[in-house]
Amino acid sequence: MTRNNHPMGQPTPLVEMEHATVRFGTTLALDDVALRLYPGEVHSLMGENGAGKSTLIKALTGALRLDAGTLTIDGTAMRFATPYDAQRHGISAVYQEINLLPNLSVAENIRLGREHRSHGLISPRRMEREAAVVLSELGLSVDPHSPLGSHPVAVQQLVAIARAISTDVRVLVLDEPTSSLDSDEVAELFRVIRDLKERGVAILFISHFLDQVYEISDRITVLRDGALVGEYLPTDLLRIELMQKMLGHDAPELLSRPRPASAAVPAEPYLKGRGVTSSLGICDADVDLAEGEVLGVAGLLGSGRTALARALTGIDALDRGELSIDGRPVRFASPRAAMKHRVAYSSENRRTEGIVGDLSVLDNITLALQAQRGVFRKIPPARQRELAASWAEALRIRPSDLDRPVRTLSGGNQQKVMLARLLALSPRVLVLDEPTRGIDVGAKVEVQNLVADLATNGLSVVFISAELEEVLRVSDRVAVLRDERVVDTLESATLTVDAVLALVASPETTEEGE
Amino acid sequence: MTAIIKHRLFWPASALVVLITVNMLANASFARITVRDGHLYGALIDILRQSAPLMLVALGMTLVIATRGIDLSVGAIMAVSGAVALTIIDGSEDPGGFGTIMIAILVALLVSLVLGAWNGFLVSVLGIQPIIATLVLMLAGRGTALLITSGEITTVVSAPFKQIASGYLVILPVAFFIWVAAVVVVGVVERRTALGMLTEAVGINPEASRLAGVRSRGIIWTAYIASGVLAGVAGIIYSSNTMAADANSAGYLIELYAILAVVLGGTSLMGGKFSIAGTVIGVLIVQTLESTILFLGVAPAKSPVFFALVVIFVVLVQSPRVHRWGRSVFGSSRTSSAPDEDAEKKEVAA
Repeated sequence: MTRNNHPMGQPTPLVEMEHATVRFGTTLALDDVALRLYPGEVHSLMGENGAGKSTLIKALTGALRLDAGTLTIDGTAMRFATPYDAQRHGISAVYQEINLLPNLSVAENIRLGREHRSHGLISPRRMEREAAVVLSELGLSVDPHSPLGSHPVAVQQLVAIARAISTDVRVLVLDEPTSSLDSDEVAELFRVIRDLKERGVAILFISHFLDQVYEISDRITVLRDGALVGEYLPTDLLRIELMQKMLGHDAPELLSRPRPASAAVPAEPYLKGRGVTSSLGICDADVDLAEGEVLGVAGLLGSGRTALARALTGIDALDRGELSIDGRPVRFASPRAAMKHRVAYSSENRRTEGIVGDLSVLDNITLALQAQRGVFRKIPPARQRELAASWAEALRIRPSDLDRPVRTLSGGNQQKVMLARLLALSPRVLVLDEPTRGIDVGAKVEVQNLVADLATNGLSVVFISAELEEVLRVSDRVAVLRDERVVDTLESATLTVDAVLALVASPETTEEGE
Repeated sequence: MTAIIKHRLFWPASALVVLITVNMLANASFARITVRDGHLYGALIDILRQSAPLMLVALGMTLVIATRGIDLSVGAIMAVSGAVALTIIDGSEDPGGFGTIMIAILVALLVSLVLGAWNGFLVSVLGIQPIIATLVLMLAGRGTALLITSGEITTVVSAPFKQIASGYLVILPVAFFIWVAAVVVVGVVERRTALGMLTEAVGINPEASRLAGVRSRGIIWTAYIASGVLAGVAGIIYSSNTMAADANSAGYLIELYAILAVVLGGTSLMGGKFSIAGTVIGVLIVQTLESTILFLGVAPAKSPVFFALVVIFVVLVQSPRVHRWGRSVFGSSRTSSAPDEDAEKKEVAA
């Protein structure tokens, strides 16, 4: 166990966990882990899904009790019974899945449970004033009176952070706070994080974006399989070393392209879209997708990435434009109709539009196929199990117990279940919207390699991601979107991230509408 | 042993057993079953017979609740169905004729189906909140039943029709066979076709289901139609029992008892996973409790309070939170709670 001495020479840690151990039945979720947080530092907690990050956070924030080990705050041993207990001691957490109330206003969400009362009554105006102060500190121009649900996920995320900040926070846990933010918003968030750091807040930062981890962290703690790998300074640790420590083995595949750039794209596209327009945010998009091709889609949040995907797959109706498959014109009135033509879509919102949480892994995998067959032609139970088991095996879904509710799986495995559901339809075209969002590096590489394998076997894939590196790695060509239009479509073999960024960001650097 | 306790029906079934035991201890004759003219009689047999209307209504309610909905109109549909059937029999030349009764039943069920379809239309096509959509018919339905009976309590004499509620088939009541048949039909349709799984999917996550290509509109519609038809059958049994079309009291408050039975049976009002067997047990709990009140001779003025107290007790006994609380008070340390995602052995990509 290598542990560096703390560099800054601050004498006492704000938070110190020693020998932290948590058991679930016979499984050791956390095994003798140590964590130290100093005031005014950003500390990244790294590890694959299942490494014990969530368990550690839960133990720190009072959502879970340690079976062994100690938690010391400011030199005093603590045992938090509830998250509320932890909050009173200045420890707050913002989770990846936003736990706020969409029907209530922004102000109510920020102040909820801590409203100022006079004579037992809440003053909405005072609440909105207080919320406005917090929001302006965050540099967010949001009407505190507006319902939270009316804002994009990115804004909701920042509101969740505003809520945490509005308590007298000393330790702020940010669990994947950037997974739904675009680069401007990330910059904004980082400004806020640095500001909090100035104020002496200790920040525990969890993200699967290595760039961000390296940009913001003062120190990095790595966990693997519930155990501590070590605590490092980002300056001492190369990225590839960090990945190896997280994965526990050399990871050459992290660097290579999953498959060679296809020699030549066939002349006649399999799926062709001309002037695809939907009122939900895509305008006059031309799309050509050849058999066995991966078409990456790059663009900022709101550039029309998701709108394009939904327009291609029958989820949103087309206002204008045509689609054709193999030269024959098609019209998709519903996702169901698109699936009949073996065009399938997986949503970026895994929890709300993807998995059916309470149903088993098995039911989730067979759902789309069963829906296609209709109510009466039930897939025989034995066949269902065979089918689900073979996909679970092929995609390495863990745990392999098919009868577990899918919500108990990790994000990466839920994503694989989503893929399995679509693959069970034997699709010809897969449209994957952020298939690697919020999942760890290992699972991400698996999903990327899977996409490459599928394409090699003749499947056509539209691959949408906010991460340009990933888009370039997986795709044969990249369609760049800006302001709800396709700006250009380029061969990705010759592309660099910077070149795509330039296209994505600024209208001046490219000739438009040629 | 723990497998039995963990079974979702363990607590509802225990509640039912306790309820029956208490009755037997209070009065041994509760469990007595006698044979007369080749028919079984006794308090337990009465429960099986009398639970028929609630059972049918609760069965439909289970399906509707599974879609995240609720059907408040079932009592009113019962009233309409009974009014239609009895009015037809009353107006016919031959009130005891087999043909007359068949027509009465068929028309009543057809009307119920239309009413259920109306509910389904409001909810699945127009997207009206289920509680409001079915409230419309809850209020209007009784009005319609009053119009059909011209505001009077139509009494009819038709010996064969009376057999539906009071008669025996071989040794057990006809009404019992009717609800058993309904349970079997619904159970088979839900589990032997994909309807059950798709209904749960729609109830748990409607948008994800739509994106997966599920025809959620049709599935929700089907649930309300089934609820309507089953309420219609309940209405026929009820009117056969009273032989009077009473638009005001037929199925009065039965929607609430049905919801209670569904919840007692372990189906969540949040929709999704449902249990037909659970609902059957839930209905038997409610019906046994009704009988208990009679059997223990609880004064009518006290019976609603008694009923409520027992229901609170049964609900508490089933509550997972109370179980946790009980465990922490009575010693045993933290039991292995459901392992979260971090607890799973993660296989590192080789």
